[in-house]
Order: sequence, then structure tokens, then C-alpha cells
Amino acid sequence: MHPIIEGIIQAVNLILTGDPEVLGIAALSLFVSVLGTLIACVWSIPVAVALGLRSFHGKRIIKGLFNALTGIPTVALGLYLYLLLSRTGPLGQFQLLYTPYAIIIGQSVLVTPIVVSFTTSALESVDPDLRTLARTLGASDLQTYNVVVKEAFWGVVLAVIAAFNRAFAELGIAMMLGGNIRNLTRVLTTAIALETSKGEIALSIALSFILLGIVMSLSIAINLARKSAR
Amino acid sequence: MTSHLEAVDIIKEYDGVRALDRVSIPAHLGKVTSIVGVNGAGKTTLLKILAGLDAPSNGRVLIQGREADPRELRAHCTMVFQRSIMFSANVHNNVAYGLKICGTSSQEISLRVKSALALVNLDGFEKRQARKLSSGEQQRVAIARALALERDVLLVDEATANLDPANAMIIERAIKDAARYKAVLLSTHNLAQARRLSQHVIHLYRGRVVEEGEPSRFFTNPRDERTKLFIDGELQF
Repeated sequence: MHPIIEGIIQAVNLILTGDPEVLGIAALSLFVSVLGTLIACVWSIPVAVALGLRSFHGKRIIKGLFNALTGIPTVALGLYLYLLLSRTGPLGQFQLLYTPYAIIIGQSVLVTPIVVSFTTSALESVDPDLRTLARTLGASDLQTYNVVVKEAFWGVVLAVIAAFNRAFAELGIAMMLGGNIRNLTRVLTTAIALETSKGEIALSIALSFILLGIVMSLSIAINLARKSAR
Repeated sequence: MTSHLEAVDIIKEYDGVRALDRVSIPAHLGKVTSIVGVNGAGKTTLLKILAGLDAPSNGRVLIQGREADPRELRAHCTMVFQRSIMFSANVHNNVAYGLKICGTSSQEISLRVKSALALVNLDGFEKRQARKLSSGEQQRVAIARALALERDVLLVDEATANLDPANAMIIERAIKDAARYKAVLLSTHNLAQARRLSQHVIHLYRGRVVEEGEPSRFFTNPRDERTKLFIDGELQF
């Protein structure tokens, strides 16, 4: 049987039978990526609001920097964070390396430029006259920002989803900071890499279908929600 | 008669270019004051300063004889723009926005939204998406939104410039009605509209007031040559 067809059948089997190891890997992947993305949002959205709605010296340079960092290679970032978190590194005392927390930290750093850049673009695309209008209707500065953020809501959601997809599908950070330890830090991408290197193509394909299934289901769900909100 | 709102010697410069040059104008409660002039005369700049949206380079704005800062001006004035700007919400929420900010009770909001929409013939439009309305209907929502706030000064910037006569007539009627208890400043280059609505007309030319007076005299016997040419449609700018 062709490995792709075999992979599809195995994927269906693994999901339907509820293979505990595969479900565990998928759950850990979701856990670290969701948490990594949410943590990144905590600092990235306020930064994007400042970049998108305020004028200050050096704003263009900062925006350019974040734009450039959206494409940072995950292996490079993984290496720098590895050096920070390794036993001899500045943060080595916290013993985070090869734990899910290290992956979460790495992914939150990785997706920060994505959330900042995409959210800034979404905020900047809102009609600037809306802020003027809100002010004539008595809004304070904070309330006018709120108006813009509300108008850009779906743009911000898309920024967060793009960030999650990047975190969920990346390999370099999970491998270098997590170490692909079975039942501890193994996520879908590192499991796929491992199974492929072992020649278990069908299992790799099965895992990749789960990965793609989650990413695509999320995108479809968001699109449906967006359409129904209109 | 003391003005309710008064601009005194307003100067506004952008990069060394003077957009307004010592402009002084009064606005009285119960009256419509029209500011007429060609495009680029400084009408919108002046209204934005009076609305507290922009600061003058020099000069003062007084409310009831007392100098007011932009925050105080925003508390007294509301402005309707040439291009209707709608929040991405239904008509009710668009009209209610300013009232919610002020902390008005929901019962009071419902009443005011309803009566403001009635003034512009939009009864029953509350649940419609504002951005899906025609441009004329959107501009009427904008007028209703300004009127619902019940501020004492209404600033209207070319609000009927791109509208068909039917929508323009509804807006004019709402402005006329509002002027019974508000000071209305209307910027327009529609001279017929200025004549129909105003009790006082001001001609702004290249950032300066060149003529002002009651419509009957202003339109039939202008003293300034530029005003004569403007009324005759022959003023170069």
C-alpha cells in the first residue's frame, strides 16, 4: 500500500482508537502553543496599540524591526534561547531546558513579532476619522483607542491565529529547547521528525494529518465565526 | 447680545502657512451661523478648532464669555463631518455611543436614540447595520448621533455636500429644528442653503473673514468685492 494511503488509514485509526501516546503528544502541542501565543499577546498587543495608534520618535524603526523579525528562523532563535537556558547560561539556574516551559518561552518569543506586526497593521487600517468622531462624541484618549481596537477586532484575531499556527507548526524551538523527550516534551512536529528519521513514514503522515487537521479546523472555525458576526 | 460660543482672533498655521488669520466669529443660541467660502478657505479648520479637535496657533475660544480649553469645548460642542463616519455597529449603537460614554441610563438612551432618529426620518432603523445604509441615510444617522447628545453647540461641516435633495432637505429640517435651542455653526459652499437656514452669514476667504451679516443684506448687497464675486460664482481661488 502507498505510504500516504497507509498514513491516512493509520491517522484515522489512531484518532478513532484514541491512542494515548498520540493524544498526549497532540494535547501537549496544543497546550504549549496556546499558552505561548497567549503569553506573547500579553505584551505584544499593548506594544501594537502603541505602534498603531501613537506617534513617537523611532516608531518606523521599531515597526521595521518587528516586521523583519516575523521571519526569524526558528533554529536560530532556538539556539540563542538554548544558550540562555542551558545550565551555564544566564537563566540556567531555573532549570527550564528540556521542559515544556522552555518550549512555551521559546514559542512566545517566536510569535511576538507576528502578533505585534499583524496587530499594528490591523489597527492602522482602521479609518483614522473614527478616532476624531469618537472624540467629538466625548470619548477620552483611552476610549478612542478602544474604538479602534474594537473596529480592528477580527484583524487582531487573525494576528493571534497566525501566531498560534506559527508556534504550533514550528520545529526548531521545540526540538532544541524541549529535546523531544517521550511523554514530557514530545510535540507533533518533533514526533513527525523522529518517526520520519526512523523510517516510520506512515506514522509520520498520520501525525502530520493531525497537525494539519487542527490548524485547518481552527482557521475554518474562525472564518465561520467572522462571517456569522457580520 | 452675548455669544454662546465665540472665536476670538484665531490664527492657525501649518508649517508656516497661515490657514486662519485672526478669525473672530460669534455663535448664538437659537441661531444658525453659516460660514461660506470656497474649498480651502479654512472652514473645516475653524470648525475643528471650535470642536476642540485641534488647537489654534494663537487666539482664544470662549464659551459664555469664558476661555475654554479643547476638553471643555468637546463637552459643549459636537460636530458632523462632510463624510459620514459610522462605527461598525447597528444604528442604535452608533447613535447611543456618546450617550453611553457619558454614563446615561439605558432607558434614557433608548428614548433619546428613538427621538433623534425620528428627527431625521429614520424611525425603525435601530437594528440596521449603519455601514450598510445609503450615504444619505448614514449622514442622517450622523446628524441623529450629534443631536442625541443634546450639546449646546452643533458644528456642521458640509454635511449635505454630496447628498440628493431629499436627504439634504431632511438634514436641513433637523438642523433648523436643533437651532431652536442650540447654537449652530454650518460650514457650506451651498449659498442657497446658507440663505435658507441662517440668521448670520460669514464669508471666509483664504483664512480671513472678509464679510459677515444677515442673509438679506449679505446676499443682496455685499460690501466686499470678493463676496460679490463668490455669490456670483466668479471668485477665483
